Amino acid sequence: MSILVDEKTRIVFQGLTGDKASFHAKEAIEYGTNIVAGVTPGKGGSRHLNLPVFDTVKEAVKATGATASGIFVPAPFCADAIMEAADAGLQLIVCITDGIPAQDMMRVKRYMRRYPRDTKPTLIGPNCAGVISPGKAMIGIMPGSIYRQGRVGIVSRSGTLGYEAASQMQALGIGVSTSVGIGGDPINGSSFVDMLQRFERDDDTDAVMMIGEIGGPQEAEASLWARDNMSKPIVGYVAGLSAPRGRRMGHAGAIISAFGDSALEKAEIMRNSGLTVAASPAELGRAMQQALSKPARRPVLA
Amino acid sequence: MDIHEYQAKELLAGFGVAVPKGGVVYTPDQAVYRAEEIGGAQWVVKAQIHSGARGKAGGIKLCKTPEEVRAAATELLGKKLVTHQTGPAGKIVHRLYVEAAVPIKRELYIGLVLDRRSERVCVVAAPEGGMEIEEIAARSPETILREVIEPAVGMQPFQARELSFGLGLTSAEMNQAVKAILGAYRAFRDLDATMVEINPLAITQSGQVLALDAKMQFDDNALFRRAAVAELRDYAEEDPRDAEAAKHGLNYIALEGSIGCIVNGAGLAMATMDMITHAGGQPANFLDIGGGASPERVAAAFRLVLSDPRVRCVLVNIFAGINRCDWVAQGIIQAAKDVNVPVPIVARLAGTNVEQGRAILRESGLSIITADTLADAAEKAVAALSNTPITRTTVREKVS
Repeated sequence: MSILVDEKTRIVFQGLTGDKASFHAKEAIEYGTNIVAGVTPGKGGSRHLNLPVFDTVKEAVKATGATASGIFVPAPFCADAIMEAADAGLQLIVCITDGIPAQDMMRVKRYMRRYPRDTKPTLIGPNCAGVISPGKAMIGIMPGSIYRQGRVGIVSRSGTLGYEAASQMQALGIGVSTSVGIGGDPINGSSFVDMLQRFERDDDTDAVMMIGEIGGPQEAEASLWARDNMSKPIVGYVAGLSAPRGRRMGHAGAIISAFGDSALEKAEIMRNSGLTVAASPAELGRAMQQALSKPARRPVLA
Repeated sequence: MDIHEYQAKELLAGFGVAVPKGGVVYTPDQAVYRAEEIGGAQWVVKAQIHSGARGKAGGIKLCKTPEEVRAAATELLGKKLVTHQTGPAGKIVHRLYVEAAVPIKRELYIGLVLDRRSERVCVVAAPEGGMEIEEIAARSPETILREVIEPAVGMQPFQARELSFGLGLTSAEMNQAVKAILGAYRAFRDLDATMVEINPLAITQSGQVLALDAKMQFDDNALFRRAAVAELRDYAEEDPRDAEAAKHGLNYIALEGSIGCIVNGAGLAMATMDMITHAGGQPANFLDIGGGASPERVAAAFRLVLSDPRVRCVLVNIFAGINRCDWVAQGIIQAAKDVNVPVPIVARLAGTNVEQGRAILRESGLSIITADTLADAAEKAVAALSNTPITRTTVREKVS
């Protein structure tokens, strides 16, 4: 098992006919991902990458039984695309696009509240690397070759820092069950807590690597949640120890503007909550190796 | 994106927020003319720079005669103001705002922010305005009132009333305050702001409720649909290197150290800075080169990083996902040739086609120090510092 996606997940790509989406769809298909259709309004009825293209997500779902979507449409149209995917009943929506207005995301999150808990779609991103279950499937822009198949979950705001963690682990022979990029925006679909919950329930995940960065409350919330609810070991890191206050470090959400936003404060909360904090970003793999050699903090809940 | 106080007031006034009479001026003559046009017996002359705490820095003058207005304008125009927000470099005053001074009874704080915890707009109010919200939060946190806005329906009048009564306003004052708060909310929503601050919202001795100072920040990601807001950008207020970076699709932030960084991905760029610090060095900048590390972009990144004379070593850290390392390596070589880099380069490549990439760097004949891991790269960059002179000017002269 893994979380979110595997080789059986039927996936549509919204914006499939664009250059970037085409490139990453090809890579994903070669990796073994089960992409079943594309959606580009106005291009319904055509074929692209040997896949059927539909005008609407609903038509694509009806014809192919898709349950997940990868969104590559330009930022101004993303909120619309996410809501369309949700309305078509897709359970997993992975939005790669960066640059979506914050108030659009606010409206998207409000829109998602109309679904009852058990049918509510899981939105990953935006502004993220996507999701990969190594050896099975990927919806995203990550290089598949750096992930070894295995039993550690990765959840990271940053794409490239997630790659760094995966490749450090690969070098030590440690594999990954699923790696999720939750994205660098101030308002994002899924939080660290959402992903920790899934990894905790996943029988094929033994430990989790959680990589945060400056800005926002999600790392602290996840640490406190883990302290009270998580049986599996977590290795944490928060990027931006040397970031100055009040400057946006690349990601829209990576800015120290409130109490608890700094990397130092977040790492402290992680440590106080029983997480292992890697001493530096070069120690992610080794810290995980050590965490795996220790017995579980608490018996794994059945 | 930030804008000036006078611009924020003009925008807010369009949404029904009452502000004192005033106008922007660029010369002492205009200042006097404007003061006489506004009328009344007292004026404030306010330096327009993108920073708070201008009063403490001497950027706000109360004047009782047109001569005083002229003197204040003459003094302020061209003056460098240093506040805790501008940093030690300060900012030069190019524009002034001349405004009617009104006798004040009370000062309140009103702020609207994107609250990341609730993922909604949050309106914050406090009964003691005129100081920064951080200061109020530290001194008397129990006095801070909050209303979280439901995005589907927007802010409701009852929420603004609750805040107003919570601030202890009379019902006559309350009616005006509600209008100001709801107006500020609509401006926030309709203009894609990320922050609106009215501090202070003043109650005058004659019972008017006026925004005496106003600050607005906007979502860069939404400027494509807010042309009127985008036009308010004042490039003179921005670090010229930021504009240069934006032109090439780079994300650059200058810092204080001596090791220049060129990295792909914001998270990895921050981690690289952390690693340099961990190894005993100091990063000179944050730089995210973005997805496609083309030779042109790498060259632009080198130029930008080297425009900082403190840089005595450049660390390139690229984790190639979509990119291929061999391609990135060629970019580095091309850039190093084009730009003429007078300091050591440490390059760490990882990801797709890493072996070919490293081979290309080794065989280039350029003195590029290659590193295999993040730790290795940071240590080699710090070590390289001891082999470069403290100031680079001499090196530069030799090169040119």
